[in-house]
Amino acid sequence: MTSLRIFFVGGLMSYRAMFGWLTPGVLIPSLLISPICQILLFAFIGRSAGVGDDEFYVIGNALNYAAIPCLFAMSATIEGERQASTLSIVLTTPARRLPLFLGRALPVVVNGWCVAMVGVLAGVLLLDVHIPGAAWPAILLVVVATSVSCTGLGLAMGAVCLRVREAATFGNVIFCVLLVFSGVNVAQDDLPGWMAAVGDWLPLTHGIQAARQLADGAALGSVADLVLTELAIGAVYAVLGLVLLRFLEQQSRRLDTLTRV
Amino acid sequence: MNALLHQQWTCYRLQLKVLSTSAFEGFLAVLFPLMFATSALLVYRVQDDPDAMQYAGLGAAIMGMWTCQGVVASSLLTRERWAGTLELVVAAPVAIARVIVPVTLAMSTIGLYSVVATIVWMRWVFDLRLHIESWPLFLVSVLATALTVALVGFFLAVTAVRFRYSWALGAALEYPGWILCGFLVPVTLLPVWIQPLSWVIPTTWGMAAIRSAADGGSPWGDLALCAATGAAYAVLAAWLGGRLVDSARRHATLALT
Repeated sequence: MTSLRIFFVGGLMSYRAMFGWLTPGVLIPSLLISPICQILLFAFIGRSAGVGDDEFYVIGNALNYAAIPCLFAMSATIEGERQASTLSIVLTTPARRLPLFLGRALPVVVNGWCVAMVGVLAGVLLLDVHIPGAAWPAILLVVVATSVSCTGLGLAMGAVCLRVREAATFGNVIFCVLLVFSGVNVAQDDLPGWMAAVGDWLPLTHGIQAARQLADGAALGSVADLVLTELAIGAVYAVLGLVLLRFLEQQSRRLDTLTRV
Repeated sequence: MNALLHQQWTCYRLQLKVLSTSAFEGFLAVLFPLMFATSALLVYRVQDDPDAMQYAGLGAAIMGMWTCQGVVASSLLTRERWAGTLELVVAAPVAIARVIVPVTLAMSTIGLYSVVATIVWMRWVFDLRLHIESWPLFLVSVLATALTVALVGFFLAVTAVRFRYSWALGAALEYPGWILCGFLVPVTLLPVWIQPLSWVIPTTWGMAAIRSAADGGSPWGDLALCAATGAAYAVLAAWLGGRLVDSARRHATLALT
Protein backbone atom coordinates (compact mmCIF):
# COMPACT_ATOMS: atom_id res chain seq x y z
CA MET A 1 0.00 0.00 0.00
CA THR A 2 2.83 2.39 0.93
CA SER A 3 4.56 1.55 -2.31
CA LEU A 4 1.40 2.32 -4.27
CA ARG A 5 1.10 5.65 -2.45
CA ILE A 6 4.71 6.49 -3.23
CA PHE A 7 4.14 5.46 -6.84
CA PHE A 8 1.05 7.58 -7.44
CA VAL A 9 1.42 10.47 -4.96
CA GLY A 10 5.18 10.76 -5.53
CA GLY A 11 4.65 10.63 -9.27
CA LEU A 12 1.93 13.27 -9.10
CA MET A 13 4.09 15.57 -6.94
CA SER A 14 7.00 15.10 -9.30
CA TYR A 15 4.71 15.95 -12.23
CA ARG A 16 3.49 19.11 -10.51
CA ALA A 17 7.04 20.06 -9.59
CA MET A 18 8.07 19.59 -13.21
CA PHE A 19 5.40 22.07 -14.24
CA GLY A 20 6.98 24.46 -11.77
CA TRP A 21 9.56 25.05 -14.50
CA LEU A 22 7.74 23.65 -17.52
CA THR A 23 5.74 26.83 -17.96
CA PRO A 24 4.16 27.78 -21.30
CA GLY A 25 7.27 29.84 -22.05
CA VAL A 26 9.30 26.63 -22.09
CA LEU A 27 6.63 24.11 -23.08
CA ILE A 28 5.43 25.82 -26.26
CA PRO A 29 8.81 26.42 -27.95
CA SER A 30 10.43 23.20 -26.70
CA LEU A 31 7.70 20.61 -26.91
CA LEU A 32 5.28 22.01 -29.48
CA ILE A 33 7.10 24.24 -31.98
CA SER A 34 10.37 22.31 -32.19
CA PRO A 35 8.88 18.87 -33.00
CA ILE A 36 6.64 20.39 -35.67
CA CYS A 37 9.61 22.20 -37.20
CA GLN A 38 11.71 19.02 -37.14
CA ILE A 39 8.92 17.19 -38.96
CA LEU A 40 8.71 19.96 -41.58
CA LEU A 41 12.49 20.06 -41.99
CA PHE A 42 12.79 16.38 -42.80
CA ALA A 43 9.59 16.27 -44.86
CA PHE A 44 11.07 19.02 -47.06
CA ILE A 45 14.42 17.21 -47.16
CA GLY A 46 12.59 14.07 -48.25
CA ARG A 47 10.76 15.98 -50.98
CA SER A 48 13.99 17.63 -52.12
CA ALA A 49 15.84 14.30 -52.19
CA GLY A 50 12.90 12.44 -53.72
CA VAL A 51 13.01 9.88 -50.91
CA GLY A 52 10.05 8.61 -48.89
CA ASP A 53 6.76 10.42 -48.49
CA ASP A 54 5.52 12.97 -45.96
CA GLU A 55 3.82 10.32 -43.82
CA PHE A 56 7.17 8.55 -43.38
CA TYR A 57 8.79 11.69 -41.93
CA VAL A 58 5.76 12.75 -39.89
CA ILE A 59 5.68 9.46 -37.99
CA GLY A 60 9.45 9.09 -37.65
CA ASN A 61 10.10 12.59 -36.35
CA ALA A 62 6.99 12.87 -34.17
CA LEU A 63 7.94 9.68 -32.36
CA ASN A 64 11.57 10.78 -32.21
CA TYR A 65 10.46 13.86 -30.31
CA ALA A 66 8.72 11.74 -27.68
CA ALA A 67 12.27 11.01 -26.59
CA ILE A 68 12.86 14.63 -25.55
CA PRO A 69 10.52 14.72 -22.53
CA CYS A 70 11.22 11.05 -21.77
CA LEU A 71 14.99 11.52 -21.66
CA PHE A 72 15.17 14.97 -20.16
CA ALA A 73 12.46 14.65 -17.53
CA MET A 74 13.91 11.40 -16.21
CA SER A 75 17.41 12.83 -16.02
CA ALA A 76 15.94 15.94 -14.36
CA THR A 77 14.69 13.57 -11.67
CA ILE A 78 18.31 13.15 -10.67
CA GLU A 79 20.12 16.21 -12.02
CA GLY A 80 17.35 18.66 -11.10
CA GLU A 81 17.17 17.29 -7.56
CA ARG A 82 20.93 17.60 -7.30
CA GLN A 83 20.86 21.21 -8.55
CA ALA A 84 18.12 22.01 -6.06
CA SER A 85 20.10 20.27 -3.27
CA THR A 86 17.18 17.94 -2.61
CA LEU A 87 18.69 14.74 -4.02
CA SER A 88 20.23 13.71 -0.70
CA ILE A 89 16.83 14.17 0.99
CA VAL A 90 15.13 12.00 -1.64
CA LEU A 91 17.75 9.27 -1.36
CA THR A 92 17.84 9.21 2.42
CA THR A 93 14.15 8.36 2.63
CA PRO A 94 13.40 4.77 3.54
CA ALA A 95 10.98 4.59 0.60
CA ARG A 96 11.47 1.71 -1.80
CA ARG A 97 13.34 2.87 -4.86
CA LEU A 98 11.22 0.95 -7.36
CA PRO A 99 7.94 2.82 -6.75
CA LEU A 100 9.85 6.03 -6.06
CA PHE A 101 11.45 6.19 -9.49
CA LEU A 102 8.81 4.34 -11.51
CA GLY A 103 6.18 6.70 -10.08
CA ARG A 104 8.18 9.59 -11.47
CA ALA A 105 8.33 7.82 -14.83
CA LEU A 106 4.55 7.62 -15.24
CA PRO A 107 3.86 11.33 -15.97
CA VAL A 108 6.92 11.36 -18.18
CA VAL A 109 5.36 8.64 -20.34
CA VAL A 110 2.18 10.73 -20.59
CA ASN A 111 4.21 13.77 -21.60
CA GLY A 112 6.14 11.86 -24.24
CA TRP A 113 2.90 10.47 -25.64
CA CYS A 114 1.34 13.95 -25.82
CA VAL A 115 4.35 15.47 -27.55
CA ALA A 116 4.48 12.67 -30.13
CA MET A 117 0.75 12.86 -30.83
CA VAL A 118 0.85 16.65 -31.19
CA GLY A 119 3.63 16.10 -33.73
CA VAL A 120 1.66 13.47 -35.63
CA LEU A 121 -1.50 15.60 -35.68
CA ALA A 122 0.33 18.76 -36.71
CA GLY A 123 2.22 16.88 -39.41
CA VAL A 124 -1.00 15.36 -40.74
CA LEU A 125 -2.71 18.75 -40.85
CA LEU A 126 0.19 20.83 -42.17
CA LEU A 127 1.43 18.38 -44.78
CA ASP A 128 -1.97 16.98 -45.71
CA VAL A 129 -0.98 13.43 -44.83
CA HIS A 130 -3.73 10.85 -44.86
CA ILE A 131 -3.82 8.23 -42.12
CA PRO A 132 -6.90 5.96 -42.20
CA GLY A 133 -9.33 6.62 -39.35
CA ALA A 134 -9.27 2.96 -38.31
CA ALA A 135 -5.49 3.12 -37.77
CA TRP A 136 -5.58 5.87 -35.15
CA PRO A 137 -6.47 3.81 -32.02
CA ALA A 138 -3.65 1.36 -32.76
CA ILE A 139 -1.24 4.22 -33.45
CA LEU A 140 -2.15 5.77 -30.08
CA LEU A 141 -1.23 2.49 -28.40
CA VAL A 142 2.03 2.16 -30.28
CA VAL A 143 3.00 5.69 -29.29
CA VAL A 144 2.35 4.75 -25.64
CA ALA A 145 4.66 1.74 -26.04
CA THR A 146 7.31 3.95 -27.63
CA SER A 147 7.05 6.53 -24.86
CA VAL A 148 7.40 3.76 -22.27
CA SER A 149 10.53 2.39 -23.90
CA CYS A 150 12.06 5.88 -24.27
CA THR A 151 11.33 6.48 -20.59
CA GLY A 152 13.20 3.26 -19.81
CA LEU A 153 16.22 4.70 -21.57
CA GLY A 154 15.61 7.98 -19.74
CA LEU A 155 15.72 6.12 -16.43
CA ALA A 156 19.09 4.62 -17.35
CA MET A 157 20.27 8.05 -18.37
CA GLY A 158 19.00 9.52 -15.10
CA ALA A 159 21.04 6.95 -13.21
CA VAL A 160 24.19 7.92 -15.12
CA CYS A 161 23.44 11.52 -14.11
CA LEU A 162 24.39 10.52 -10.58
CA ARG A 163 27.91 10.72 -11.99
CA VAL A 164 27.68 12.86 -15.14
CA ARG A 165 27.14 16.53 -14.46
CA GLU A 166 26.21 17.69 -17.98
CA ALA A 167 22.74 16.15 -18.13
CA ALA A 168 21.53 18.52 -20.88
CA THR A 169 24.51 17.70 -23.09
CA PHE A 170 24.20 13.98 -22.39
CA GLY A 171 20.47 14.02 -23.18
CA ASN A 172 21.03 15.81 -26.47
CA VAL A 173 23.74 13.32 -27.45
CA ILE A 174 21.37 10.40 -26.83
CA PHE A 175 18.60 12.20 -28.74
CA CYS A 176 21.00 12.57 -31.68
CA VAL A 177 21.93 8.88 -31.48
CA LEU A 178 18.24 7.97 -31.66
CA LEU A 179 17.74 10.36 -34.58
CA VAL A 180 20.48 8.76 -36.65
CA PHE A 181 20.26 5.10 -35.66
CA SER A 182 16.54 4.45 -35.03
CA GLY A 183 15.32 4.76 -38.58
CA VAL A 184 13.65 8.10 -37.90
CA ASN A 185 14.35 9.48 -41.36
CA VAL A 186 15.83 6.54 -43.20
CA ALA A 187 14.29 3.08 -43.32
CA GLN A 188 16.36 0.50 -41.46
CA ASP A 189 16.94 -1.32 -44.77
CA ASP A 190 18.59 1.78 -46.24
CA LEU A 191 20.92 2.35 -43.28
CA PRO A 192 24.43 0.89 -43.32
CA GLY A 193 24.32 -2.59 -41.75
CA TRP A 194 26.17 -1.65 -38.57
CA MET A 195 23.88 1.34 -37.98
CA ALA A 196 20.79 -0.79 -38.46
CA ALA A 197 22.23 -3.34 -36.01
CA VAL A 198 22.77 -0.64 -33.38
CA GLY A 199 19.27 0.69 -34.02
CA ASP A 200 17.78 -2.72 -33.28
CA TRP A 201 18.90 -2.31 -29.67
CA LEU A 202 17.55 1.19 -29.20
CA PRO A 203 14.07 2.38 -28.23
CA LEU A 204 12.00 3.97 -31.00
CA THR A 205 13.21 1.72 -33.82
CA HIS A 206 10.49 -0.90 -33.57
CA GLY A 207 7.82 1.57 -32.44
CA ILE A 208 8.41 3.73 -35.49
CA GLN A 209 8.28 0.71 -37.78
CA ALA A 210 5.02 -0.43 -36.19
CA ALA A 211 3.43 3.02 -36.43
CA ARG A 212 4.41 3.35 -40.08
CA GLN A 213 2.91 -0.03 -40.91
CA LEU A 214 -0.30 0.88 -39.08
CA ALA A 215 -0.53 4.17 -40.94
CA ASP A 216 -0.18 2.19 -44.16
CA GLY A 217 -3.20 0.10 -43.21
CA ALA A 218 -1.75 -2.86 -41.30
CA ALA A 219 -3.72 -4.41 -38.44
CA LEU A 220 -2.50 -4.11 -34.85
CA GLY A 221 -2.05 -7.88 -34.66
CA SER A 222 0.39 -7.86 -37.52
CA VAL A 223 2.71 -5.44 -35.71
CA ALA A 224 2.34 -7.04 -32.28
CA ASP A 225 5.85 -8.49 -32.42
CA LEU A 226 7.31 -5.05 -33.13
CA VAL A 227 5.37 -3.50 -30.24
CA LEU A 228 6.42 -6.26 -27.86
CA THR A 229 10.04 -5.88 -28.93
CA GLU A 230 9.79 -2.13 -28.34
CA LEU A 231 8.41 -2.71 -24.85
CA ALA A 232 11.01 -5.37 -24.09
CA ILE A 233 13.84 -3.02 -25.09
CA GLY A 234 12.35 -0.32 -22.87
CA ALA A 235 12.11 -2.80 -20.00
CA VAL A 236 15.76 -3.79 -20.42
CA TYR A 237 16.84 -0.14 -20.20
CA ALA A 238 14.54 0.48 -17.21
CA VAL A 239 15.99 -2.50 -15.33
CA LEU A 240 19.49 -1.38 -16.26
CA GLY A 241 18.60 2.08 -14.98
CA LEU A 242 17.29 0.79 -11.66
CA VAL A 243 20.36 -1.42 -11.16
CA LEU A 244 22.64 1.48 -12.06
CA LEU A 245 20.73 3.78 -9.71
CA ARG A 246 21.24 1.35 -6.85
CA PHE A 247 24.92 0.86 -7.61
CA LEU A 248 25.74 4.52 -8.22
CA GLU A 249 23.71 5.63 -5.20
CA GLN A 250 25.81 3.33 -3.01
CA GLN A 251 28.98 4.59 -4.70
CA SER A 252 27.91 8.19 -4.21
CA ARG A 253 27.28 7.61 -0.53
CA ARG A 254 30.67 5.94 -0.11
CA LEU A 255 32.56 8.60 -2.06
CA ASP A 256 30.45 11.51 -0.80
CA THR A 257 29.64 12.68 -4.32
CA LEU A 258 25.87 12.74 -4.05
CA THR A 259 25.48 16.50 -3.78
CA ARG A 260 28.46 17.48 -5.88
CA VAL A 261 27.31 19.91 -8.60
CA MET B 1 40.76 53.15 -31.59
CA ASN B 2 43.42 51.03 -29.93
CA ALA B 3 41.37 50.89 -26.75
CA LEU B 4 38.33 49.74 -28.73
CA LEU B 5 40.26 47.01 -30.53
CA HIS B 6 41.91 45.90 -27.29
CA GLN B 7 38.54 45.67 -25.53
CA GLN B 8 37.00 43.76 -28.47
CA TRP B 9 39.92 41.35 -28.73
CA THR B 10 40.08 40.68 -24.99
CA CYS B 11 36.33 40.06 -24.79
CA TYR B 12 36.37 37.83 -27.90
CA ARG B 13 39.36 35.78 -26.67
CA LEU B 14 37.90 35.24 -23.20
CA GLN B 15 34.50 34.25 -24.55
CA LEU B 16 36.05 31.87 -27.07
CA LYS B 17 37.92 30.17 -24.23
CA VAL B 18 34.73 29.87 -22.20
CA LEU B 19 32.71 28.51 -25.12
CA SER B 20 35.42 26.11 -26.26
CA THR B 21 35.64 24.48 -22.87
CA SER B 22 31.89 24.24 -22.37
CA ALA B 23 30.39 20.83 -23.10
CA PHE B 24 27.03 22.37 -23.99
CA GLU B 25 28.08 25.43 -25.96
CA GLY B 26 31.26 24.01 -27.48
CA PHE B 27 31.07 20.25 -27.95
CA LEU B 28 27.29 20.00 -28.35
CA ALA B 29 27.05 23.05 -30.60
CA VAL B 30 29.27 21.16 -33.03
CA LEU B 31 27.84 17.68 -32.49
CA PHE B 32 24.13 18.52 -32.67
CA PRO B 33 24.07 19.97 -36.20
CA LEU B 34 26.59 17.33 -37.24
CA MET B 35 24.14 14.57 -36.31
CA PHE B 36 21.29 16.32 -38.11
CA ALA B 37 23.55 16.76 -41.11
CA THR B 38 24.32 13.04 -40.92
CA SER B 39 20.64 12.19 -40.85
CA ALA B 40 19.94 14.49 -43.83
CA LEU B 41 22.85 13.05 -45.79
CA LEU B 42 21.61 9.53 -45.11
CA VAL B 43 18.30 10.58 -46.70
CA TYR B 44 20.03 12.13 -49.73
CA ARG B 45 22.32 9.12 -50.10
CA VAL B 46 19.39 6.78 -50.75
CA GLN B 47 19.12 8.07 -54.34
CA ASP B 48 22.90 7.97 -54.84
CA ASP B 49 22.90 11.20 -56.87
CA PRO B 50 26.33 12.98 -56.73
CA ASP B 51 24.81 16.40 -57.51
CA ALA B 52 22.28 16.06 -54.71
CA MET B 53 25.02 14.92 -52.34
CA GLN B 54 27.15 17.95 -53.28
CA TYR B 55 24.15 20.21 -52.62
CA ALA B 56 23.34 18.58 -49.28
CA GLY B 57 27.00 18.34 -48.29
CA LEU B 58 27.57 22.08 -48.71
CA GLY B 59 24.46 22.94 -46.72
CA ALA B 60 25.26 20.38 -44.04
CA ALA B 61 28.71 21.90 -43.60
CA ILE B 62 27.31 25.36 -42.96
CA MET B 63 24.18 24.62 -40.90
CA GLY B 64 26.19 24.34 -37.68
CA MET B 65 26.92 28.05 -37.88
CA TRP B 66 23.26 28.80 -37.29
CA THR B 67 23.06 26.41 -34.34
CA CYS B 68 26.00 28.02 -32.60
CA GLN B 69 24.14 31.32 -32.32
CA GLY B 70 20.59 30.18 -31.47
CA VAL B 71 20.47 29.12 -27.83
CA VAL B 72 23.58 30.94 -26.67
CA ALA B 73 22.81 34.31 -28.28
CA SER B 74 19.18 34.25 -27.20
CA SER B 75 20.04 33.52 -23.61
CA LEU B 76 23.19 35.63 -23.50
CA LEU B 77 21.84 38.50 -21.44
CA THR B 78 19.51 36.25 -19.46
CA ARG B 79 22.52 34.26 -18.32
CA GLU B 80 24.29 37.45 -17.34
CA ARG B 81 21.19 38.25 -15.32
CA TRP B 82 21.21 34.82 -13.63
CA ALA B 83 24.88 35.27 -12.83
CA GLY B 84 24.19 38.71 -11.37
CA THR B 85 26.57 40.37 -13.84
CA LEU B 86 24.02 42.07 -16.11
CA GLU B 87 24.12 45.19 -13.95
CA LEU B 88 27.89 45.33 -14.38
CA VAL B 89 27.58 44.94 -18.16
CA VAL B 90 25.00 47.70 -18.37
CA ALA B 91 26.91 49.96 -16.02
CA ALA B 92 30.17 49.54 -17.96
CA PRO B 93 31.27 52.77 -19.67
CA VAL B 94 30.88 51.22 -23.15
CA ALA B 95 27.83 50.64 -25.32
CA ILE B 96 26.17 47.27 -24.80
CA ALA B 97 26.92 46.41 -28.45
CA ARG B 98 30.64 46.48 -27.70
CA VAL B 99 30.12 43.78 -25.08
CA ILE B 100 27.72 41.55 -27.03
CA VAL B 101 29.29 41.56 -30.50
CA PRO B 102 32.61 39.98 -29.44
CA VAL B 103 30.63 37.25 -27.67
CA THR B 104 28.54 36.47 -30.74
CA LEU B 105 31.71 36.59 -32.85
CA ALA B 106 33.19 33.96 -30.53
CA MET B 107 30.08 31.85 -31.10
CA SER B 108 30.50 32.24 -34.83
CA THR B 109 34.05 30.97 -34.43
CA ILE B 110 32.61 27.83 -32.82
CA GLY B 111 30.41 27.72 -35.94
CA LEU B 112 33.57 27.69 -38.05
CA TYR B 113 34.80 24.70 -36.03
CA SER B 114 31.50 23.10 -36.92
CA VAL B 115 32.06 23.73 -40.64
CA VAL B 116 35.49 22.09 -40.53
CA ALA B 117 34.26 19.20 -38.37
CA THR B 118 31.35 18.51 -40.72
CA ILE B 119 33.55 18.58 -43.84
CA VAL B 120 35.98 16.14 -42.21
CA TRP B 121 33.09 13.98 -40.96
CA MET B 122 31.45 13.85 -44.42
CA ARG B 123 34.71 12.80 -45.98
CA TRP B 124 35.38 10.19 -43.33
CA VAL B 125 31.90 8.67 -42.93
CA PHE B 126 30.26 9.28 -46.31
CA ASP B 127 33.39 9.45 -48.46
CA LEU B 128 31.90 12.70 -49.72
CA ARG B 129 34.49 15.06 -51.20
CA LEU B 130 32.99 18.49 -51.73
CA HIS B 131 33.79 19.89 -55.14
CA ILE B 132 34.90 23.51 -54.67
CA GLU B 133 35.76 25.45 -57.83
CA SER B 134 37.26 28.45 -56.05
CA TRP B 135 38.63 27.90 -52.57
CA PRO B 136 39.48 31.61 -51.97
CA LEU B 137 35.94 32.70 -52.86
CA PHE B 138 34.53 29.81 -50.84
CA LEU B 139 36.52 30.87 -47.77
CA VAL B 140 35.55 34.53 -48.21
CA SER B 141 31.90 33.49 -48.43
CA VAL B 142 32.14 31.27 -45.35
CA LEU B 143 33.84 34.00 -43.31
CA ALA B 144 31.32 36.62 -44.44
CA THR B 145 28.50 34.28 -43.48
CA ALA B 146 30.08 33.71 -40.07
CA LEU B 147 30.36 37.46 -39.53
CA THR B 148 26.74 38.15 -40.44
CA VAL B 149 25.51 35.23 -38.34
CA ALA B 150 27.24 36.97 -35.42
CA LEU B 151 25.23 40.11 -36.21
CA VAL B 152 22.01 38.07 -36.21
CA GLY B 153 23.15 36.71 -32.83
CA PHE B 154 23.58 40.27 -31.61
CA PHE B 155 20.01 41.03 -32.69
CA LEU B 156 18.71 37.87 -30.97
CA ALA B 157 20.56 38.68 -27.75
CA VAL B 158 19.01 42.13 -27.56
CA THR B 159 15.47 41.22 -28.58
CA ALA B 160 15.16 38.10 -26.38
CA VAL B 161 16.33 39.81 -23.20
CA ARG B 162 12.82 40.57 -21.95
CA PHE B 163 11.71 36.96 -22.45
CA ARG B 164 12.35 34.99 -19.30
CA TYR B 165 12.78 31.67 -21.13
CA SER B 166 14.90 33.02 -23.93
CA TRP B 167 16.96 29.81 -24.15
CA ALA B 168 13.83 27.88 -25.14
CA LEU B 169 13.05 30.52 -27.74
CA GLY B 170 16.60 30.26 -29.10
CA ALA B 171 16.37 26.45 -29.27
CA ALA B 172 13.06 26.73 -31.13
CA LEU B 173 14.69 28.97 -33.74
CA GLU B 174 17.14 26.26 -34.72
CA TYR B 175 14.93 24.26 -37.09
CA PRO B 176 13.21 27.26 -38.71
CA GLY B 177 16.66 28.66 -39.48
CA TRP B 178 17.76 25.37 -41.03
CA ILE B 179 14.61 25.32 -43.14
CA LEU B 180 14.54 28.97 -44.18
CA CYS B 181 18.21 29.51 -44.99
CA GLY B 182 18.33 26.89 -47.72
CA PHE B 183 20.97 24.71 -46.07
CA LEU B 184 19.44 21.37 -47.01
CA VAL B 185 16.33 22.31 -48.96
CA PRO B 186 16.24 24.86 -51.80
CA VAL B 187 14.36 27.98 -50.72
CA THR B 188 12.31 27.70 -53.89
CA LEU B 189 10.90 24.39 -52.64
CA LEU B 190 9.34 26.08 -49.62
CA PRO B 191 5.78 27.43 -49.76
CA VAL B 192 5.74 30.75 -51.63
CA TRP B 193 4.39 32.72 -48.67
CA ILE B 194 7.35 31.62 -46.50
CA GLN B 195 10.06 32.57 -48.98
CA PRO B 196 10.18 36.31 -48.09
CA LEU B 197 11.18 35.23 -44.56
CA SER B 198 14.24 33.55 -46.07
CA TRP B 199 15.20 36.71 -47.90
CA VAL B 200 15.49 38.76 -44.70
CA ILE B 201 17.95 36.34 -43.10
CA PRO B 202 21.55 37.13 -44.12
CA THR B 203 22.54 33.47 -43.82
CA THR B 204 20.28 32.66 -46.79
CA TRP B 205 22.39 34.95 -48.97
CA GLY B 206 25.58 33.67 -47.34
CA MET B 207 24.61 30.09 -48.18
CA ALA B 208 23.79 31.13 -51.76
CA ALA B 209 27.21 32.81 -52.02
CA ILE B 210 28.93 29.68 -50.71
CA ARG B 211 27.13 27.55 -53.30
CA SER B 212 28.06 30.00 -56.07
CA ALA B 213 31.72 29.94 -55.02
CA ALA B 214 31.67 26.14 -54.93
CA ASP B 215 30.03 25.91 -58.37
CA GLY B 216 32.45 28.34 -60.00
CA GLY B 217 30.03 31.25 -60.23
CA SER B 218 30.37 34.74 -58.79
CA PRO B 219 29.30 35.02 -55.14
CA TRP B 220 29.65 38.81 -54.97
CA GLY B 221 25.98 39.67 -55.53
CA ASP B 222 24.85 37.27 -52.81
CA LEU B 223 27.65 38.47 -50.54
CA ALA B 224 26.51 42.06 -50.98
CA LEU B 225 22.96 41.11 -49.97
CA CYS B 226 24.35 39.07 -47.07
CA ALA B 227 26.37 42.07 -45.87
CA ALA B 228 23.47 44.50 -46.34
CA THR B 229 20.95 42.40 -44.40
CA GLY B 230 23.56 41.66 -41.71
CA ALA B 231 24.28 45.38 -41.34
CA ALA B 232 20.56 46.07 -41.04
CA TYR B 233 20.36 43.60 -38.13
CA ALA B 234 23.37 45.24 -36.48
CA VAL B 235 21.92 48.75 -36.75
CA LEU B 236 18.53 47.61 -35.52
CA ALA B 237 20.07 45.66 -32.64
CA ALA B 238 22.28 48.60 -31.60
CA TRP B 239 19.26 50.91 -31.57
CA LEU B 240 17.06 48.38 -29.72
CA GLY B 241 19.87 47.63 -27.26
CA GLY B 242 20.15 51.28 -26.31
CA ARG B 243 16.39 51.62 -25.94
CA LEU B 244 16.09 48.47 -23.83
CA VAL B 245 18.89 49.46 -21.51
CA ASP B 246 17.37 52.93 -21.05
CA SER B 247 13.96 51.40 -20.42
CA ALA B 248 15.32 48.87 -17.93
CA ARG B 249 17.12 51.64 -16.05
CA ARG B 250 14.07 53.87 -16.01
CA HIS B 251 11.70 51.14 -14.80
CA ALA B 252 14.22 49.27 -12.61
CA THR B 253 13.52 46.00 -14.44
CA LEU B 254 17.08 44.93 -15.15
CA ALA B 255 16.96 42.15 -12.58
CA LEU B 256 13.83 40.63 -14.10
CA THR B 257 13.92 37.23 -12.41
